Amino acid sequence: MTFSPELEAKFAKMIANYPPGRQKGALIPMLLYAQDEVGAVTDEVIDEVSRRLNVPRLEIEEVLGYYTMLAREPRGKYHLQICTNVSCMLTGGEELFEHACRKLGIGNRQKTPDGQFSLEEVECLGACSWAPAMQVNYDFHYQMTPEKLDRLIESLRKLQ
Amino acid sequence: MAKMVTFTIDGRQVTVPAGTLVIDAAKQAGIDIPAFCYYEGFSVQAACRMCLVEVEKMPKLQPSCALPAADGMVVHTETPKVVEARKSTIEFLLTNHPLDCPVCDKGGECELQDMTFRYGLGESRFLEIKHHAGEKQWSPLVFYDPARCILCYRCIRVCDEGLGMAALGLSYRGVAAEIIPNKGDHLECDECGWCIDVCPVGALTSGTYRYKSRPWEMNYVPAICTHCSNGCKTTLSVRNGEILRANNRDRSGINGEFLCVKGRFGFDFVHSQERLQSPLVRRDGRLEPASWGEALKVAAGRVREAIGRNGKFAVIGSTRTTNEENYYLQKFARQGLRTNNIDHHRSGDFITLVDALTGRTGALATVNDLYTCDAALVLGSDLAQQHPLLAVQLRANWRHHRAAVYVVTPGPVREDQYAARSLRAEAGSEVERLEELREQLKARKNLVVLYGASVKGEAVRRLVAFGDSLGIAVKYVCLVDYANSRGALDMGLLPHLAPGYRPVEIPGMHLDAMMAAPDLDVIWVVGANPLEGGREFAAKDAFVIVHELFLTETAQRADVVLPAMSLYEKNGTATNVCGEVQRTKAGPKVMGTKSDLDILGLLAAQLGFDLGVPSHEKVFEEIRRTVRGYSVPLPVLATGGAAQAAPCGPAPVDAQAELVRPSDDTLFTSGTLGKYSKRLTQVMEAPGRLFQP
Amino acid sequence: MTLLAPPHPLEKRVLLRRFDAPRTEPVWIDEYLRTGGYEAIRKALTMEPEQIVEEVKKSALRGRGGAGFPTGMKWSFVDRKSPKPKYAVVNADEGEPGTCKDRILMGYDPHRLIEGVLIGGRAIGACRGWIYIRGEYREYIRIMDRAIEEAYQRGLLGSNVLGSGWEFHLSTHTGAGSYECGEETALLESLEGKRGNPRLKPPFPASSGAFQCPTIVNNVETFCAVPDIILNGGEWYASLGTPKNGGTRLVCLSGHIERPGVYEVPLGMNLLKILNEIGGGVWKGRKLKAVIPGGSSSPVLKAEECDIPADYDSLAKAGSMLGSGATVVLDETTDMARVLARLMKFYAHESCGWCIPCREGTAWLKKISARLEEGIGSERDIETVDRIAQSMFGRTFCPLGDAAAMPAMAIVRKFRGEILEKLAQSEAFAPVTGAQPLAVL
Repeated sequence: MTFSPELEAKFAKMIANYPPGRQKGALIPMLLYAQDEVGAVTDEVIDEVSRRLNVPRLEIEEVLGYYTMLAREPRGKYHLQICTNVSCMLTGGEELFEHACRKLGIGNRQKTPDGQFSLEEVECLGACSWAPAMQVNYDFHYQMTPEKLDRLIESLRKLQ
Repeated sequence: MAKMVTFTIDGRQVTVPAGTLVIDAAKQAGIDIPAFCYYEGFSVQAACRMCLVEVEKMPKLQPSCALPAADGMVVHTETPKVVEARKSTIEFLLTNHPLDCPVCDKGGECELQDMTFRYGLGESRFLEIKHHAGEKQWSPLVFYDPARCILCYRCIRVCDEGLGMAALGLSYRGVAAEIIPNKGDHLECDECGWCIDVCPVGALTSGTYRYKSRPWEMNYVPAICTHCSNGCKTTLSVRNGEILRANNRDRSGINGEFLCVKGRFGFDFVHSQERLQSPLVRRDGRLEPASWGEALKVAAGRVREAIGRNGKFAVIGSTRTTNEENYYLQKFARQGLRTNNIDHHRSGDFITLVDALTGRTGALATVNDLYTCDAALVLGSDLAQQHPLLAVQLRANWRHHRAAVYVVTPGPVREDQYAARSLRAEAGSEVERLEELREQLKARKNLVVLYGASVKGEAVRRLVAFGDSLGIAVKYVCLVDYANSRGALDMGLLPHLAPGYRPVEIPGMHLDAMMAAPDLDVIWVVGANPLEGGREFAAKDAFVIVHELFLTETAQRADVVLPAMSLYEKNGTATNVCGEVQRTKAGPKVMGTKSDLDILGLLAAQLGFDLGVPSHEKVFEEIRRTVRGYSVPLPVLATGGAAQAAPCGPAPVDAQAELVRPSDDTLFTSGTLGKYSKRLTQVMEAPGRLFQP
Repeated sequence: MTLLAPPHPLEKRVLLRRFDAPRTEPVWIDEYLRTGGYEAIRKALTMEPEQIVEEVKKSALRGRGGAGFPTGMKWSFVDRKSPKPKYAVVNADEGEPGTCKDRILMGYDPHRLIEGVLIGGRAIGACRGWIYIRGEYREYIRIMDRAIEEAYQRGLLGSNVLGSGWEFHLSTHTGAGSYECGEETALLESLEGKRGNPRLKPPFPASSGAFQCPTIVNNVETFCAVPDIILNGGEWYASLGTPKNGGTRLVCLSGHIERPGVYEVPLGMNLLKILNEIGGGVWKGRKLKAVIPGGSSSPVLKAEECDIPADYDSLAKAGSMLGSGATVVLDETTDMARVLARLMKFYAHESCGWCIPCREGTAWLKKISARLEEGIGSERDIETVDRIAQSMFGRTFCPLGDAAAMPAMAIVRKFRGEILEKLAQSEAFAPVTGAQPLAVL
């Protein structure tokens, strides 16, 4: 399989960042960036990355089960990641997460039937001083409240 | 001489080479430090934390499996602090363990049970719901139960480091972490079951044994594997005459705990529905069941008649019968039937080597030499497929001692992964490439050369000459293929050589000549299948007597078929590819069969041949007395050891190299036996081809 | 929004000195150069590598990632004469709950980090570096990538750094979701394309790190402190803090505090002063109950324990740690059982599973503390939490086990009464925790 020209260029550059013979170093970023483009780490992605980096499939499977950002199944178009770790919890993160569940009608690691939204309760996002925090895909949203979340979801729905 | 360090462990002064791990040093001092993940010979994990010990001046408990002993170090292995840590480790392990010991295959021989017995708390404080994941079947032979798994990573290491297969990995994390197979939901591997064997708990179980028995219900019989020539000791777990499993957990024998798929799982041919359990006699053109008395009478009658009219005999011996049977068979042929028309399927040119090494001692390598040699040269063999034990030994040697392994083969082999150099050469031309390796080989301390069936005749002499020219000690292994191929050669199942490679006065017909001779009166085939693949005896009218386990092509041609025992069912000795003689003991019992020695003994009695008592002890005594190289020490054999027979000496005959034909068996085939092993045919996979990447 | 407030008068901005006015855009190369950027590497290139290490030693700079190991000493362990290539790795896997400072440094002053790595790389004779950034920080990866690109264009990175003949390459490396990868050897495993399982030590990264070559791994903030140390001297930097605790540090205030945010303070500034004066005190006019002073792994301090200088040694003396500088404030209404449950859930989720005490211990702690949060349990469960934590502490393969055990022990010991009270008031049915039948085996 081939990726977009931009991603191919990124991969070419990325692979050169590791010492000769140690290109396996690029494995995890490659999987993540391929997932961003393809939607998930599909069998095709695994085979392709396996071929390009000369890494056995088993070693890719080992990594896939380990890193929480890597997903075998596609997530929603908007993947809502709400932090409930301590700083966010103290400022309403758990309530925010529960609110999102009710609002979207889905639970943790689930996807709305239309595939637009998926939800995940995540560990510390490193935004503790602006808690409660969340990410929609890679975009941070800080000092969230249920009301702000409602508005965010509505605006995302309008984007569709 | 390695630098030595002296340290104190539990009040005892111990001196060990620098770099020795405390857990190993403790063992040498007779102190047993418990551990799960530590496994001798494999990489250190320090994961189970069972082997933590207290070291003076170190604030934290230290994993003794990762701690090299140092001068002046003071170690305590059984302090209250250490015991408390072990108790808590056991408690942790049991939190998510299903505790299904009553139905677990491992029950009774489980390291977790044993350790719980030793360090378990009397009380269970874990009140929560256990993490659970369901059992998975990875292959017909390998099942994995993640709930029982304690993640010691032994399986991953034996597969990767031990075999170079790397079929197992680790996925997920935290309590959900579990072992995963290489093909998503299943395994594609050697199916050797080593992972099952080393599993300290019942997480990996075997498709052949699971839910069959309790370990204390079985008898354990030390046998020699009947499949390939490596001569692994396989301990048969036998209940009511049936083999339920095979392993070698006590690491006795030349193979330690290693067994390949054939040795561990390929025993099921013994209990195949297709085993012959009654003699067959041809009546009106059809083979029909007969009593032993009747069959022997018919056979003896025809033989007596042929002797009476000075008829011609041909005897084809087996590569899977014991030395005693082979010896007795050639005696039966030469002294009873008065013929030198005796041969067997030869799978390596050992005869030329015997002659070329005349006058030398210590020129034949043992299995252990493969682990200790400084360099090894493999010619024309896919070792991992055809000689799995030898491959594992070489790999361990490379892993532990950085031995240099050189490979000259017609295609890719697994040894390429770590070989110092791999050359590709067409079968038969391997020796021509040796000059390219000369400089590298000369720089090594010593060398073991292993050559396959494609190196034969003059090439063997050139090989020995090349070895001599290196100026280092060189030992050889002629890679014959079957369980007692070496024994068949050594015991004189040859038309021109009597036992111990002594030329006979008037050589008889070799195998090809027998097949082509139109005028044979009696053809006697013991445990061989020369008619495989549609071949025929040119002697259409010959009376054919066959000893066999199954109704093979040859048995179908027979006039009398005598149901024989397999190697697992009888007592005696066998000689492996390295010439190591080992004793095998009868385990299972298949009704209606007899050993080939018994059959020959009964016929000898009926025919009035005076061949000595047909008991394996008596015959072996005679072999030790008379066969060149076989005066091996009895105590070694009696205690389950291996003693090398080195029959090197003049064999001034034509080696008949054209008769050398490799079996071309892979890990998953084993001639006739393999065809009747459902397990082997079931699991045959991609790796089951020779010289494939 | 801008994540950085204008400086508070009590702050001492060294690393953040380019942020006296609120800003949304990073300092790109021209502005960086204009404001004294890359002067330190120019100076460092004129120094012997030993001198650089010596200067850093003098500065009493300690690792800002959590462990607080003296940076100069760490660098001095690298065998510069080794024939192998040497590497400098930036730990930007910021994941310790409560910590949000590295993103500020990368997001606003990316060249400071590049300059710091250059100096570190120079000190050990490295030929290459990686900035290992957690995957969620895509925004900051983009910024760092652009800054690295700029540095290459200006000859600050590449085959001939500033014409010195020294070759040094730098790139970002994207993580993919694992707290454990913040542990330096797990990070190196991850950098090599493997699971983030930590490595057996020794060998330490200084002798066998990335790709089995000598390597230094330092936190973003640690590297960012280096340029000023080189420019102004180690002694100057040391003088900013307290003995053996040199310089300034970033403090991340979060939780129940009036003015949460990232601030730069001299090491040794009184913890209460930081909270009350810079942070504006506990929010909503409430009283302080406790403080987590150095990220979730640091043992919690009760309000009455907080009147201490916030530096490595003082906090260690108080039975806690400065850690990553993440200070989480808990007000009087905080349910400590809930805090315990949330933290244990985190560690159970992040345990890599390699060793038994951490794998099983974190999972067990998570389950009991979740029960306690619901008010289900007895005094004995509280004891069990303490005992599990003790059984993990100091016995796991890597520090993650300790990181889970320390807060667990601190909470159940310091807030035992509160949790007991909660259990007593709860109407939930408590499981029988008296004598249990003997274990099955």
